[in-house]
Amino acid sequence: MLDLYGVEITSRLLLGTARYPSPKVLGEAVRASRTDIVTVSLRRESAGGKAGGSFLELISALNVRILPNTAGCHSAKEAVTTAQMAREIFGTDWIKLEVIGHHDTLQPDVFELVNAARILSDEGFEVFPYTTDDLVVAERLVEAGCKVLMPWCAPIGSAMGPVNLAALRAMRAHFPDTPLIVDAGLGRPSHAAAVMELGYDAVLLNTAVANAGDPIAMAGAFADAVEAGRAGFSAGLLEPRDMAVPSTPVIGKAVFS
Amino acid sequence: MRALVRGAGVAGLTVAFELRRHGHAVEIVDRTARAGAGASGLAGGMLAPFCEGESAPEAVTRLGRAAAEWWEAALPGQVNRDGTLVVAPPRDTGELTRFAARTAGHEWLDEEGIAALEPALAGRFRKALFFREEAHLDPRKALVALHAQLVKDGVHFRLGTSSGKDFDAMFDCTGPAAIGTVRGLRGVRGEMLYLQTSEIGLSRPVRLLHPRHPIYVVPRADHRFMVGATMIEANEGGAISARSLMELLNAAYALHPSFGEARVIETGAGVRPAFDDNLPRVVRIGDAIHVNGFYRHGFLLAPAMAQEAVSLLERVPA
Repeated sequence: MLDLYGVEITSRLLLGTARYPSPKVLGEAVRASRTDIVTVSLRRESAGGKAGGSFLELISALNVRILPNTAGCHSAKEAVTTAQMAREIFGTDWIKLEVIGHHDTLQPDVFELVNAARILSDEGFEVFPYTTDDLVVAERLVEAGCKVLMPWCAPIGSAMGPVNLAALRAMRAHFPDTPLIVDAGLGRPSHAAAVMELGYDAVLLNTAVANAGDPIAMAGAFADAVEAGRAGFSAGLLEPRDMAVPSTPVIGKAVFS
Repeated sequence: MRALVRGAGVAGLTVAFELRRHGHAVEIVDRTARAGAGASGLAGGMLAPFCEGESAPEAVTRLGRAAAEWWEAALPGQVNRDGTLVVAPPRDTGELTRFAARTAGHEWLDEEGIAALEPALAGRFRKALFFREEAHLDPRKALVALHAQLVKDGVHFRLGTSSGKDFDAMFDCTGPAAIGTVRGLRGVRGEMLYLQTSEIGLSRPVRLLHPRHPIYVVPRADHRFMVGATMIEANEGGAISARSLMELLNAAYALHPSFGEARVIETGAGVRPAFDDNLPRVVRIGDAIHVNGFYRHGFLLAPAMAQEAVSLLERVPA
């Protein structure tokens, strides 16, 4: 079981809710992914909005835990305000903190991120920071009060998969006890399996599922991959070797020459 | 049979047209005097069943294929059948491949092919997709023309509301006004703007693919271009947001820098009514037959849904 701020979570896949062909497809993808947690953008998807058949009500009806996010915020101040609004609307202290530094690449502004994480942690928020794979930034986030880290494995929406395995390994080794969730950059189920095999605690996906030809089938494929990767990690993976190693002893075998 | 139609947007007017075609007497009530004062007047007017198939269910492509013919028959001369051009910035050409894989009815164009179709875009894009069978119309002109034709045909338009008493059948085509009445109906905010410039000319709708902000530019008469449209999960009209305005302008500028010199002559935001599968429905609630949930497919799917709604009337005795 995965423990996120004292909450036991069964599924190690978190799903974003943006840009699905329709709310119906989103709902079915959520079910197929077997996820326990969906992340919802307050700023973009549901700005304002009157009651009555709204998107937020549809999300609430999915019966999964909601992790509101601050997507689209470009400064600590904006992110803090958005987080406070999210707390009121969703009634949760959880916040996926995104502070974007570059409008086009969506690279996090790690300086503002640390500032915002400190302010929000002091206000009692339980912060899930979207960050890079930089260890020093990660340390600062932990110092700021974050008990979960969400490093990218490639830029958001890029579908590149883990581009710097060494950095991801180093992060896992450096934070053995902090839940680490790979957020952003995963494109295919094999990418998810690969980071789970590194010992990451969970993955968060959006575009890879929402923009797939069949989002529902893709959600299921990712769920399987995440479970397989985790099971592989737990079972103890072999390290690669340079030479072949016969699995049956060769001593005593008849040799014909 | 005497039928009342509530709502004079694209849904209401097409239903009225189909009712008249079947010989019924029709009266239309709307809260405003102008046809298409709601979301219909902000539409792109693209009759693009294949392009929409990229993200929409198969039914949109199937039901939308007859739309261009329906509009041409109803309003001769109003439909432009020059197809749709789909391009992507050099950095995002992968999006073009993805779009092609999800759609039918297209052919690949190289630089020469693009220049032949849209000389203004010569040299700006290496590759494009051309959807030859697609069409477009000017929604405002179309709604005014349809309105005029219905009046000529004896349809009575009335301002206000009506209980539907004294009518044999009632069709509710009030779009987002029915949110809360029709179960599962929600609002999806859309924002658009009009640019005017004589520096560039286009002959057909051009879609610019982008991983996050896909837009389209639809040429209209008098050097005007409709640029749309955002899709925001909110039941909220009002003014366009600064961010959406920037995104739409940015994308138009990316399509061609001449749009940077254009005048912004209008901006707008409206609410698209949609069900959870983003497909329109004909549903009977009490005495009324509701035709609603057109999402971003009003002009594309209104004809098919109007026909379905009227056929329902014929099957079920009132």
